Amino acid sequence: MRGKNRGMDATPGRRQRWQQGIEARQRSPRSLWRFAAPQQFYPLAGRLAPWFAALAAVLAVAGLYLAFFVAPTDAQQGEVYRVIFLHVPAAWMSMFLYLVMAFWGIVGWVLNTRLSFMMAHALAPTGAIWCFIALWTGALWGRPTWGTYWVWDARLTSQLLLMFLYLGYLALTRAIEDPRRADRAGALLAIVGSINVPIIYFSVKWWNTLHQGASVSLTRAPSMATVMLVTMLVMAFAAWFYSIAVALWRVRTLILERERHTDWVAAELDRLAVKEKE
Amino acid sequence: MHWESWSAFWDMGGRGFYVWGSYGVSFALIALELYFLHRTRKAVIRRLLRWRAARLEDTGEDA
Amino acid sequence: MGAVFAAMLRRELALAWRGRTDVLLALSFFVVVVCLFPFGIGPEANQLRSIAPGVVWVTALLASLLALPRLFEHDLRDGTLEQLLLSPEPAVVWVLAKVAVHWLVTGVPVALFAPLLAGLYDLQPEVLPLLAGTLLLGTPTLTLIGAIGAALTLGVRSGAVLLALLVLPLAVPVLIFGAGAVEAALGGVSYAAHLALLGAGGFAAVALAPWACVAALRLAVQ
Repeated sequence: MRGKNRGMDATPGRRQRWQQGIEARQRSPRSLWRFAAPQQFYPLAGRLAPWFAALAAVLAVAGLYLAFFVAPTDAQQGEVYRVIFLHVPAAWMSMFLYLVMAFWGIVGWVLNTRLSFMMAHALAPTGAIWCFIALWTGALWGRPTWGTYWVWDARLTSQLLLMFLYLGYLALTRAIEDPRRADRAGALLAIVGSINVPIIYFSVKWWNTLHQGASVSLTRAPSMATVMLVTMLVMAFAAWFYSIAVALWRVRTLILERERHTDWVAAELDRLAVKEKE
Repeated sequence: MHWESWSAFWDMGGRGFYVWGSYGVSFALIALELYFLHRTRKAVIRRLLRWRAARLEDTGEDA
Repeated sequence: MGAVFAAMLRRELALAWRGRTDVLLALSFFVVVVCLFPFGIGPEANQLRSIAPGVVWVTALLASLLALPRLFEHDLRDGTLEQLLLSPEPAVVWVLAKVAVHWLVTGVPVALFAPLLAGLYDLQPEVLPLLAGTLLLGTPTLTLIGAIGAALTLGVRSGAVLLALLVLPLAVPVLIFGAGAVEAALGGVSYAAHLALLGAGGFAAVALAPWACVAALRLAVQ
């Protein structure tokens, strides 16, 4: 309770009523808003995460089966093109998760809900891992396909800069000790970064077309077979559900840590202590 | 199913290193993430239990 | 509002004048680093000429980064920052004034020195004014983006390194258009689009960055 109202005293009145309105909605048992309260969200996340994880596992198995046993050999690239079933979903997911982080950052700043910031925190490591996977698989795909591990292509370069943005977010939120400031500073950085992501992409693309000498055309074969597209989508959904499951699990731990002064966490800890002894 | 044998499958038309290097490292990273997620949760719970025990002791002495 | 801006401008200029060795430090860093590249690459004139715009721009970016941690640090330590944020004056106005002075004492000297140093790289004299012009047009954006980073990392341990990690990826578009304009001119291509985009980026940064900066400063003093 203490943390919730800190910083609000500076501008009482309108802002306080706004906050009270949100808290009233959070308490209302019928409203979906109640899940914006960490106490309500913690058990919900615990119930939902295994389902998402199971769905992700099923989709991943199906996607891998399609990728290796159903999808035909590519006429131009041979077998190595099977890397794109991992590469493209990872690249999509890394960009998508950064935008989701920025979204939760905006929600947190506007509605002053702590849980939104925690969601942004929970997403960042997973987004960074997808970003690294996209870079790594891109390099291993590029070597046999265009003869080099790395080209300064617009897509690859933007992906690299996105990796730096993730690292910046992680470093900033871990360097600031006060959780309230870390939350909000990280959210601000994610918002500024997400405005910059399209600018970076277009500037790099423009820069790349100007330097014709170094550019390699990465456009894939125009006629991508339907089965390839389906495989890619199945893998993308697997990556998406995995990210949701991991974020929910991570946010649960974060909630326990942040809310340790409350009675409900005390009760939950008692329950966990019994479980641990068994 | 268009692989003639398992060795053809692992060979990936001579590109086995690139294909399995991609999938191997990626899934290893995912496994690591899950492992660290589990370990962090365990560590946090243990730390919070210790913290609570210490706090209960303190308040006990006060009372 | 104008009065707040002018008052802050005067104060910051006076402070900058008192700490003028600091200003010289960023400039000397710029000069030394630009002069260091030929030792690493070799004195071959054609090669030097082709990398000159990039070297000057990257070094200008690093030099602008070097001075950034000081932007709000002193005001935080002596409590001025807290007073300023509590005052009823709109904070974006005085933040903008602070940033303007910071640019004046770090960005402008670098832009003015750049043509002299580019001469060492055997760059054609015709593009030297353009090089200075792109730096004058681009460094305000760098300072504004940097100010957000400086506010976010204010009072954080190892803040200076963190600041570099936060700001450098965001500064890439400015670098591309700034150095690109000079390279386009060297290649005999029109560079108007580069300058237009550089200018547009500057306007967008002036309009948006101070708000983010103020929000980050409020976090830092709480």
